[in-house]
Amino acid sequence: MLRGKLAAAAVALGVLAAAPALAADDEITIGMTLSQTGPLNVDSVAQMRGAEMWRDEVNAAGGIKAGDKRYKVRFVSYDDQSQGGRVQQLYTRLIVQDKAQFLFSPYSSGLTGTAAVISEQYGKIMVITGGAEPKTYELGNKDLFQVITSADHYLSGAVDALHAKNPKAAVAFVYSDDPFSKAVVSAAREQAAEAGLKIVLDEAYPPNTTDFSAIVNKIIGAQADALLGGGHYPDGATLARQLYDQKANLKWATILVAPGNEEFATLGPAALGISVPSQWESQAVYKPDFGPTGAEFAKAFKAKFNLEADYHSASGYTGGAILQHAIEQAGSIEPEKVAAALNGTDVTTFFGRVKFATEAKRHGLQLAHEMVLAQWQNKDGKLAREIVWPKSAQTAELLYPLH
Amino acid sequence: MAGILASIVDGLLVGAVYGLAAMGITLIWGVMNVVNLTHGALIVAGMFALYIATSALGVPPYLALPPIFVAGFLFGLLLYWIAVHRMIGRPPLMSLLSTFSVNLVLIGLGTAVWGTRLFNVAVTLPGVSWNRYTFPGTHILAAGLTALLAGLLYLFLYRTRIGKAIRAVADNREAAELVGIPTTRVLSLAFALGSALAGVSGMLIGTMFPFTVLSGDAYQLKSFVVTALGGLGNPTGALLGGIALGLIEGLATPFMPVSWTLVIEFGLFVAALILFPRGIFALRRW
Repeated sequence: MLRGKLAAAAVALGVLAAAPALAADDEITIGMTLSQTGPLNVDSVAQMRGAEMWRDEVNAAGGIKAGDKRYKVRFVSYDDQSQGGRVQQLYTRLIVQDKAQFLFSPYSSGLTGTAAVISEQYGKIMVITGGAEPKTYELGNKDLFQVITSADHYLSGAVDALHAKNPKAAVAFVYSDDPFSKAVVSAAREQAAEAGLKIVLDEAYPPNTTDFSAIVNKIIGAQADALLGGGHYPDGATLARQLYDQKANLKWATILVAPGNEEFATLGPAALGISVPSQWESQAVYKPDFGPTGAEFAKAFKAKFNLEADYHSASGYTGGAILQHAIEQAGSIEPEKVAAALNGTDVTTFFGRVKFATEAKRHGLQLAHEMVLAQWQNKDGKLAREIVWPKSAQTAELLYPLH
Repeated sequence: MAGILASIVDGLLVGAVYGLAAMGITLIWGVMNVVNLTHGALIVAGMFALYIATSALGVPPYLALPPIFVAGFLFGLLLYWIAVHRMIGRPPLMSLLSTFSVNLVLIGLGTAVWGTRLFNVAVTLPGVSWNRYTFPGTHILAAGLTALLAGLLYLFLYRTRIGKAIRAVADNREAAELVGIPTTRVLSLAFALGSALAGVSGMLIGTMFPFTVLSGDAYQLKSFVVTALGGLGNPTGALLGGIALGLIEGLATPFMPVSWTLVIEFGLFVAALILFPRGIFALRRW
């Protein structure tokens, strides 16, 4: 009797073990790391949630269709702890050990730059949803595809809007000493000078800065009207709080990344009026060639995670959707064919238009996607982000001056 | 000029709180010769205790101070008996490793519960404005409370019987034992007191700046610099060292990029260790 039960159990186990093997031919593996811990955690997890939502939708619909085959999507992901060293090890592991056929980027320019070294070494396609620094695409890489607008355009909207409100504004650039923020500011510095704005302070701070008191005093001392800068979530949010606590009396403050996250609202009155260059806002109305509309995406995201969708989750989802589109166009999962299809991609999704540079000197750089400027405003007694620039996309009037 | 003065004042205010954090570390160091590497985790525990008290229980931020002090004290006692007691008198590396392990466990637990996202406790407290500069009310009150706590600690160490016992054990444990001081009890008390100070300084930092589970490391490092400046095992020196560190931060930033402050701080740390191995403010021990 016992022997019979054991045999049955063994058969059952055998079936269970064999099941994934049977489906393996019809599955593609996408590898990535995310920063579950460390300073990049807030935005990285948001990006991952978007990617997971795409995966679940694709699998629920029967998988990606390539030629006459259908492939379910499997993710293999690890925590990179927001550290470059981990990214280097883990992308190698993803490729060599986990046999990932395609890769998604980690979050942030620094980590993406590190991952790109590995992905290029092994000739793997990596769709980049969280690395805006343009330098990565100027190194002769062949299989990187950047879905988001690159760093040199992040602050152009803020500079334009500021110029429209006050053509002679005195600007303080205060930014994190990391590759992304430095790339953003180096372009914005030129844009501000071209627009005739006066730069009164130019200060980089270490990314792990926890006390901005002295920097805020420098901003006040420089008699700046506007602040442009920031870096990632923890420093950006802390800077915003201290600008408020120390009554910096700025007429304008655009901070990178941090205010794009819903958690920014926990700063309360310190969040009011702060603007952020955003890759996507839920109010944006693009007519998608395929996939959900912005409203549909935002609604489904809220239903799945009970959280508001932000631009990091939208870019995470779009990375998957663009790869899926390319595989379907190629009719194959062979890397060369998919890369060719990505090179030819020029589509509009709910996230906006996506088209990659194909010339060798900047291959994979995003050319078509556009950003908006969002600002935290009071809406029915609650803090909410509104699109304030460009005018064509505006959902609310720009709040200027802040106080 | 006004800007420099403003930065100096702000540096003094924040530096006092660094001093409070360092007082905890230096008390333990001085009395039992243990480098307490759970210090950063205890500072973070104070921050999160503040967050829980204000957001979940609705307690006004500063009313959370006494319960956090008591909780820190009790937790310190527990920690002493679990991780420190058996390491007393052994090579210093043993207690270093033991407290470091506890630190990893605590930070790991914190990361599992809260992740590493940023928490903000919004405290509305009017500041004091001078010229165009404003000193936030949270910074002023934190410095005031630090001064009060330092004063109380001083009175405790110099005016009470048990305080004197702590100093006696720090001076010479064997001699203290010979005159009948229950040294084990005194050691556990000193450790608990040090932990309570760490918790309270974390709480005060939490009212000034947003924080994450990983914030403790930065303040623990600062505490070591302050301890080196103020003299090992010298609480008054620690407070002065903290204020000096704040002053240096405030003085340096108007003249150079902020990235340089860390270089200066740790340069000073090394210089203090070489030139004044017993601390700049260690005119006399205790």
